[in-house]
Amino acid sequence: MKVAFTVNGAPREAEVEPRRTLADMLREECGLTGTHLGCEHGVCGACTVLLDGAPVRACLMFGVQAEGAAIRTVEGLAAPDGTLNALQRAFQAHHGLQCGFCTPGFLMLATWLLERPDKLDEDTMRHVLSSNICRCTGYQGILASVRAAAQELGRWAG
Amino acid sequence: MTGWVGRSLPRIEDPALLRGEAAFTADLAIGARAVRFLRSPVAAGRIAALRPPPDMPPGALFVTAADLPEAGPIRPMLHRFDYRAVEQPVLPRERVHFAGQPVAALVAPTAEMAEDLLDEAVFEVEAEEAVVDLDAALRPGAPLVHAVAPGNVAVEGALRQPGVEAAFAQAHRVVEFAFRSGRQNATPMETRGGLAAFDRATGRVRLTASCQMPHALRSGIAEVLGMPEADLQVVAPHVGGGFGQKMALFPEYPVLVWLARRHRGSFAWIEDRNENLTASAHSRDQRHALRAAFDAEGRLLALEAEILANVGAFSTWPVTCGVEPLMAFAEYPGPYKVPAYAARARGVLTNTCTMAPYRGVSRPVITFGIERLMDRAAAALGMDRIAIRRRNLVDSFPYRTATGMTLDEASYVEALDAAAALADIPGFRARQQAARADGRLLGLGVSVFNERTGYGTPAFAARGMGIVPGYEVVDIAMTPTGEVEARIGASPHGQGLATALSQIIADRLGMQPGQVRIVAGDTDRTPYGWGTFASRSAVIGGGACQLAADRLAERLRAAAAKVLQTTPAQVTLRDGQAFGANDASLPLAELARLAHWRSDLFEGFSLAETAAYDPGGTFSNACHVAEVEVDPETGGVRILRYLVVEDAGRIINPMIADGQVRGGIAQGIANALFEEVVYAADGTCLTGTLADYVVPSCAEVPEIELHHMETISPATVTGAKGLGEGGAIGAPAAICNAVSDALAHLGVDVAEFPATPPRIRALVRAAEASIEARP
Ligand code: FES
Ligand code: FES
Repeated sequence: MKVAFTVNGAPREAEVEPRRTLADMLREECGLTGTHLGCEHGVCGACTVLLDGAPVRACLMFGVQAEGAAIRTVEGLAAPDGTLNALQRAFQAHHGLQCGFCTPGFLMLATWLLERPDKLDEDTMRHVLSSNICRCTGYQGILASVRAAAQELGRWAG
Repeated sequence: MTGWVGRSLPRIEDPALLRGEAAFTADLAIGARAVRFLRSPVAAGRIAALRPPPDMPPGALFVTAADLPEAGPIRPMLHRFDYRAVEQPVLPRERVHFAGQPVAALVAPTAEMAEDLLDEAVFEVEAEEAVVDLDAALRPGAPLVHAVAPGNVAVEGALRQPGVEAAFAQAHRVVEFAFRSGRQNATPMETRGGLAAFDRATGRVRLTASCQMPHALRSGIAEVLGMPEADLQVVAPHVGGGFGQKMALFPEYPVLVWLARRHRGSFAWIEDRNENLTASAHSRDQRHALRAAFDAEGRLLALEAEILANVGAFSTWPVTCGVEPLMAFAEYPGPYKVPAYAARARGVLTNTCTMAPYRGVSRPVITFGIERLMDRAAAALGMDRIAIRRRNLVDSFPYRTATGMTLDEASYVEALDAAAALADIPGFRARQQAARADGRLLGLGVSVFNERTGYGTPAFAARGMGIVPGYEVVDIAMTPTGEVEARIGASPHGQGLATALSQIIADRLGMQPGQVRIVAGDTDRTPYGWGTFASRSAVIGGGACQLAADRLAERLRAAAAKVLQTTPAQVTLRDGQAFGANDASLPLAELARLAHWRSDLFEGFSLAETAAYDPGGTFSNACHVAEVEVDPETGGVRILRYLVVEDAGRIINPMIADGQVRGGIAQGIANALFEEVVYAADGTCLTGTLADYVVPSCAEVPEIELHHMETISPATVTGAKGLGEGGAIGAPAAICNAVSDALAHLGVDVAEFPATPPRIRALVRAAEASIEARP
């Protein structure tokens, strides 16, 4: 089946089998391998992308469901010349990653948190980020990174 | 020296990972022919029929043992401890030994097609009685998992020092503790996987694999397939965590390499999470019984340990199934003075997934054992729990342990005292009392331990391993434009090793870390080495980098002396320049260019060096304190405070070091309270998804307070001791001690972990029933 959507602002078309997941379509048809697969059953959150502004598990959606949608992936966060955005810089400064496998999912979830109309507070941050799993960091660095980015962007309520 | 070591330098690994541009194995495998494995649905049985799907589309392949007559078994060796050399066939011919064992490979253009075809393959097996747990395997007359291992015991170590009997005879008090440790899966977020690509021009295969030891994996595959090692390149790209699980030679990898050679193409297998949870490797399924003799002052006189480890169906290559039982056997006394020691450790085969090392290996289990024992002893002797530990901790160094290890300079007592002070135990007791009055149950638990790290060849040779790992080699060279390339045999998988090593090298050469490039994880581009495990990379890889950089520095000084017309001893390297006498200086880039392009100025000159490092090992140490609240109604445990005093010698990059400790503790908390691989009685694994195997999120892992001590040990050249495993080692003991403390008034004592809500509920119910039953 043919699907048309945008990824990180650029229009795309893909020819996919109806059963192909959104994650596989992004990775294989679009070559956007920054979206990772940690479980393919909706628990780990490594595959989190933003679809029309909301975080979704790309392993739990079919590619064909993305018809007409605006998708954002980790590849869209940095500037075209590779300069990291504020959230990415905070992850580096506060040791928000080790192996980096879970990181794209956390970055996209946190991007959504930082773009919501409400400022971010500690409880909301912890509650929302508890949707994803990281096996390396013990989470403290991830929380510190998101907190610092929210502060830098004037999005921290605390 | 410009002092890069000791700074929390941001990691050079991060930007590519943060942009989603760093390539992991699955990212590189797109476009290759997909391989899926047919896996045994039963735990034990005889293969009656194994046939490809009736309608194989063009391009599909079905590979069984019959296709691989040249493949030998995976057969790791241990030359002592009554080791029974259990063999694992790459693909089985006659029998299957655990549910999840790969039986055949199916190749198709895409993974979806391969999975569809797998459903059509014919696999009939006459199921046999499976032995799943330790009791079943050790029962007299139990079915044998492998005929070579009578009684299902694959490895056995025993030791009884003179004086044990006498110590028990004269003991003021004998304290016993029997307990069980639940089975865990290391659960790296990236599963295993490999891409084997045939190069038609050279006839070589490049295996890109999510692994921890590329050189060893190459050796293992070459041995199994009987192929020249030079025809195989193994590359570990970015690796999404390993924690020990990715050290082993798994049968899937030789199959991939065989496919690439035989069919002259590219073949990829990316493990799914269900395979990872049920068929990669498991750990820590153990049962121990301890007896300890104490005198009236709480002095430990003797320790006796009976250790059983369920090692699963096969022996893991190269470390063997001895790794868990024999580590528990050798290291049980930990940081304590044990004048007389007796132990027996057995590795027991069962029809379950094979055991492999997982962060800390047996040390989370033995630390749980000895630290819970200390709390019980304190209660039995009416002593303070800190005091009994202080009385028994090793306090003069070097100290030779009962099993012949040498404990180097450490801070066991100091770390305990510091942690106890920071924890404010009297203040906690007051809060505990007050909370009890409100019906809330708080508890505090302590654990003290040491962590053997950075051990080289002698330590592994002492285990009698057929393949003795240990050393690391570094090739270092300066390019004509003045950057330094260090090629290391070790292979990082997420630790930030490149950043730490570049700091060490930059200091020795008076350069910026940004001018240092670490080349790792590619057998074509790095010298033979072992890899990243056993908290060794910073110590051994770091030590080798330091030695190599020092040699390169000597060469640079000699060359600079020629140009600056002085003696090498007069030359110092700093700020990217070589300074001679009277502050004459030359940029290193300039010197490098001269050395390469005008070697006529220097006799027989080159800017390349090699160094190897192979230390005897050292011990870092720590004290963990956990404060918890237990809900007796639900059995839930909340961690209110977690503090650590850690001594890992010189810290190369504090941010990275703290990250290692925090990440380890998160895994230790998982081990203490949440994660357990569960088997049904017939050997079916019941925890095949992340919804069943519960990995904690940031809702369950608290902030960790970290405090450092820095005992500089002469045992390593950098003074660093290594700390990759400590967090995981200390947490189960501290948390379960805290849970037991919270429930002490009921007489509850945790003797099985993870202490899950149902287990805690059962303990509370039983305690309440026995209180009610009292007259
Ligand atoms: S891969 Fe989608 S939630 Fe784990
Ligand atoms: S950084 Fe490795 S899983 Fe999160």
